[in-house]
Amino acid sequence: MNEAATPWQRAFRVLVTVGPGGLWLLVFVLLPTLLVLMASFLTRGPYGELTGPWGFHNYAKILHPVYLEAFAQSLLVGVLATVISALLGYPLAFYIARHPQRDLLLFLLLLPFLTNFLIRVYAWLVLLQREGLVNALLGAFGLGPLVLYPSFFAVLLATVYTFLPFFVLPVYASVERLDWQLLEAAHDLGARPVKAFLHAVLPQTYPGLFAGSVLVFIPAMGTFVVADLLGAGRVVLIGNLIQQQFGITRDWAFGAALSVFLMGFVLLSLYLYARLQGERGLKDLV
Amino acid sequence: MRRLLALHALLVYLFLYLPILVIVALSFNESRRGVRFTGFTLDWYQALFQDPRVLEYFLNTLLVAFVSTLAATVLGTLLAVGLVRYRFPGKGFLSYLLYIPVVVPDVVMGVSLLLLFALAREVLGFPRLSLLTVILGHITFQVAFVTLVVRSRLLLLDPALEEAARDLGARGWQTFWHVTLPLAWPGVAAGALLALTLSLDDFVVTFFTAGPGATTLPLYIYSSVKLGVSPKVHALSTLIIGLSAFFLALGYTLSRRRI
Repeated sequence: MNEAATPWQRAFRVLVTVGPGGLWLLVFVLLPTLLVLMASFLTRGPYGELTGPWGFHNYAKILHPVYLEAFAQSLLVGVLATVISALLGYPLAFYIARHPQRDLLLFLLLLPFLTNFLIRVYAWLVLLQREGLVNALLGAFGLGPLVLYPSFFAVLLATVYTFLPFFVLPVYASVERLDWQLLEAAHDLGARPVKAFLHAVLPQTYPGLFAGSVLVFIPAMGTFVVADLLGAGRVVLIGNLIQQQFGITRDWAFGAALSVFLMGFVLLSLYLYARLQGERGLKDLV
Repeated sequence: MRRLLALHALLVYLFLYLPILVIVALSFNESRRGVRFTGFTLDWYQALFQDPRVLEYFLNTLLVAFVSTLAATVLGTLLAVGLVRYRFPGKGFLSYLLYIPVVVPDVVMGVSLLLLFALAREVLGFPRLSLLTVILGHITFQVAFVTLVVRSRLLLLDPALEEAARDLGARGWQTFWHVTLPLAWPGVAAGALLALTLSLDDFVVTFFTAGPGATTLPLYIYSSVKLGVSPKVHALSTLIIGLSAFFLALGYTLSRRRI
């Protein structure tokens, strides 16, 4: 071993490598987070500025039924989008993982995903509008036209569409590592297919299933763009409320309180995930 | 059972591609409204190319993406090296901080940066909301992703390689430049590519941190969509879809060739 670096040399190396990035995180991540927390206790001034008095009034305001309903709707979108993604994505991950051309299938899964997020949402607006393809198809069968846009249904559909790959990829990773001998053993021991799947296969895919659920639930709950474009004012989620406070309403203090509340939901779901999955799970997410 | 899975997969892929195909088809459709195909036209593309604003927004998007990706890749790579190789006070805290931009919903990220810039403007007199603030915002979420990607690559490397370089008399920066960086290179490239994609795709953070005159393509698409369905947006979307498909296919064939 060469002579060890002096403490000064070591401090210098840490400063050069960690310094710039660390400082960036302190100024642009930690400080803004603290500012949001602080602003949530302030009050909107007559010109939309932040002033005193300090207090919990913004949090009390969230308990108003109008705002609670937005939270309920967000929760509903998050949960339903996760369940539908699981129904669509779980079998798909198995199909891809066991297919001889799985690289190509993964490529085809990611292709729509890499086109701009707004375009993907907008495409559903085009499909679901009154003169859209879906209503044209319904019309061919003598049905409709239905008012599919703007609606909760449209928001949910586009949310699933946008975040589905987030569910498929972690499950796919689990299926790839799967030990199929367990399934054979279950068969040999006389288990029926359903029972064999529930006991020999499903538990092995829990890590992917949990990771996929978190990766869909968090962005689905937090988005405002999908509800903004496809709900067009009829579907108001937390994200839309926050955007309104920082836009037309210009009540930054209340918007900050809503943001803290939303963050609480995110941290709660991450906490539940960590409890289910263990410490390692958090690293698997990224 | 296998057939059922195949049918299910086929339907899901249809679900994934139907919206995109409809957009592409409509971009060549004469009719302004509705899905009835009345005739082939390139008018919408012509209208798009004749709009000087679209070129400006396109250049803005590229400028933001390249500057922020470059900065975030340098900052993130150095940070990852520091986090993996050295022990220092506050290391655990910094590692947690890294996850905030990853898990926080982007609306919250956008408004928190807006608050920061508003405060800075009040106290320091700058920055005005502009392309600069958009770039600062993008770097912030990119740094986190680059650091995490490069860090996971560095953790796979054998520390004995760097020890060998030191034993052979290499100085700290020589070891970094000739041993650590080349070994970490696939991670750095992957992180940079991810950062670039995130920046090009970002709407929400840009929405909150952009001022007047700092319009990017996603902002333009959003405002035109808000005004109603527009064939020009179909044409622009088709071009973006085509370009992303081209680059993804390029990456896909290149990665296969190496194996």
